Amino acid sequence: MRQNTFVKLLIILVLLAISVYIVIPVPKPDFVKSLVFWQEARGRDLQIKQGLDLKGGLQVLLASNLPGGVEPTAEQMESARRIIEDRVNGLGVSEPIIQLQGEDRILIELPGVTDRNLAIDLIKQTGQLEFVDAGFNPLPDGTPISTTYSLYGGLLFPQTSPTGKPISETLNAQATGRVYDTAFTGEILQSATPGLDNLGRHIVSFAIKPQFQGDFQRYTSEKLNQAMCIVLDQRVISCPTIRAVLSADGTISGSFTRESATNLALVLSYGSLPVPLTIETTRDIGATLGADSIRRSLIAGVIALIAMVAFMIARYRLPGALSAASLVFFMMASLALFVLIPVTLTLPGIAGFLLSVAAAVDANVLIFERFREELRGGRTMRGAVEAAFQRAWPSIRDANISTLITCAILFVFGNTFGASAVRGFAITLSLGILVSLFSAMFVTRTLMRLTFSEQAETIEARRTALLGV
Amino acid sequence: MFDIFRIVENRRYYFILSLLVIALGVLAMIYNVITLPTHTPWRLSVDFLPGNRFELKFTQPISEDQIRSVFQSFGITNPAITRLGDPAENIWQVRTVFIEGQRAQEIRNALAGVAPLDENSTQVQSVSPTVAAQVTQAALVAVVTATVAILLFIWWSFRKAEHAFRYSVCAIAALIHDISIAAGITAIFSALFNWEIDALFLTAMLTVLGFSIQDTIVVYDRIRENLARRQGELFETIVTRSLLETLNRSLTTSLINIMVLTALLLFGGASIKQFVAVLLVGMFAGTYSSIFIAVPLVVAWFERDLWGTKQRAPRIAVAGK
Repeated sequence: MRQNTFVKLLIILVLLAISVYIVIPVPKPDFVKSLVFWQEARGRDLQIKQGLDLKGGLQVLLASNLPGGVEPTAEQMESARRIIEDRVNGLGVSEPIIQLQGEDRILIELPGVTDRNLAIDLIKQTGQLEFVDAGFNPLPDGTPISTTYSLYGGLLFPQTSPTGKPISETLNAQATGRVYDTAFTGEILQSATPGLDNLGRHIVSFAIKPQFQGDFQRYTSEKLNQAMCIVLDQRVISCPTIRAVLSADGTISGSFTRESATNLALVLSYGSLPVPLTIETTRDIGATLGADSIRRSLIAGVIALIAMVAFMIARYRLPGALSAASLVFFMMASLALFVLIPVTLTLPGIAGFLLSVAAAVDANVLIFERFREELRGGRTMRGAVEAAFQRAWPSIRDANISTLITCAILFVFGNTFGASAVRGFAITLSLGILVSLFSAMFVTRTLMRLTFSEQAETIEARRTALLGV
Repeated sequence: MFDIFRIVENRRYYFILSLLVIALGVLAMIYNVITLPTHTPWRLSVDFLPGNRFELKFTQPISEDQIRSVFQSFGITNPAITRLGDPAENIWQVRTVFIEGQRAQEIRNALAGVAPLDENSTQVQSVSPTVAAQVTQAALVAVVTATVAILLFIWWSFRKAEHAFRYSVCAIAALIHDISIAAGITAIFSALFNWEIDALFLTAMLTVLGFSIQDTIVVYDRIRENLARRQGELFETIVTRSLLETLNRSLTTSLINIMVLTALLLFGGASIKQFVAVLLVGMFAGTYSSIFIAVPLVVAWFERDLWGTKQRAPRIAVAGK
């Protein structure tokens, strides 16, 4: 039992040391960085990543560049904004801002992005539309795929393979991931419009340019009842099945809503962006919340922490001091996790973390109140320590499980609807809750056991001063 | 004689107090819906509205607070101020709600009075909202789903107690109580002091939700434990005992939370003050409701007596099936 407790203490100290090393802002040697292999190599610097509201990032201003000085319509600008938003979300940048500015500009803010070229390339990418042969297995929307056209410019129509066989056959013999044949590019389309079929379902109708109608007819007759995926920037947008031999025009049906049919029609008719855009300016920007504001809030946080620890010690004496140690562990371990995963810290994220600090303190308070009750009830000190943790556990468990359930739901929704503030809150809160469970039930318990078994007589002798009971 | 410890018996006073506060909040919301140009229960910030973007280049250094105070003197309470480019360049971006051309010009002049402006590189333009309506809707759906999930979880977690469903429904009632109070007080402040809700308001509400559940579950848990240990005692006695036993913990925890939040409120930056104030209200409501709403409601349901005024036969606790 005793030896066991010392082993646990050792584990705690090692974890604490690792966490502190990760959290303190010193440059880490490369071999340490290479240990976090799951992070993208580009940003693997083992530092806490801060969101736009805390740290700033890159601001890009795009202006429409229609030939002849034509003004874009509000609709075109809005769909361009949406498409850019999708692309930025695909990048995994947290809390991006994509706003229309004036009549013909789009303002983009990318938190934490410092590499101008990366952002600019991404925004400038014109959006390659492809029609891809998926055989008899339609791909789910949103699947990223490799295509012959995107890799080698290979097309079935016009045939670009020198051997006369589809390029993918040669490629798939050697390559590791499946490469799909690109049948056509978006070039063949004359127009696309959303509409309703005679059952009132939303569909998209399209027309093929005259010079491609022969090829299109040949392809659709060869591949009848197979899937032809519509792919934008190597991501599946929609995967309709060819139901009839088509040449001049056709319709795409599926489970469309009015909005999704309109979006698909827009993508089909404009390739990607409905308006050609040029980059007007790019520059680094400061934090939305203001650097002054953040510094002051950090100082306030430190004051709050000191007050909290002082209060815990004043109220619970010796156990309060032990819980201060376990709270330090909790904070270091949580921050280290944020670095390791990595979690981009934003203000909502910090609010989530703050709530988990409250939960961590609450777990300790629950335990110590129980401890006092058990002592007053006449238990021995060691008995009271064990009973306190046992009795407090169901409330700590249930309170935290319900918070974790909430987090899971908020995370899923935040992810699905691009509400990154909600997602950030859920991530830091749930991580904080998990660490706080560990810090209360393992760290505080080990410290309490150790102190109360090693120093039982000293504590007993000065019971009122050290325990307040 | 009003006895502070007879929480369950005196429940009507606490219920009435809460209803009054919530009613005030609802009145403020209605007032805002009628009077505000956006017809929303709260004054909305630029995060939810189309607005203006000022790009300002000064020829002398100027602080964020100086810029903020100029905008505030024109009644724009919550501008989002950001530094652009290198600090030495003195370029700032300010996002505000929509401002008419004439007033925008006046603000520019006032700013130029604080520090000289480079007029060539200074511009004012209109921008679309940063938080789309669909995001707000998604967050609302998430909160509702989370609430249902918590309802099911508490139900399951109390499955051994008699009528576990009642506990979970009352926990959700307390949760709605807390959110209503936090949102209502924000509406009151919105009407009185022109508070604007921004993207952070959503986060504040989520945090209040978290506080609320934690507090309620801790008190319920003690009832669950005492029901099992003290079979044969009066239900009301057990509940009151559980409340008093957890009172120390409730007060200590909320005192610590209040301390942390007050420190943030007093010493923290201007841009998070409103956020912290909402949290403070919500947290207070959460502790209050766990003691004075969630538990008395359960008793009221068991006794079929909402106000605690009926003469009744004492109810003996039955635990475990």
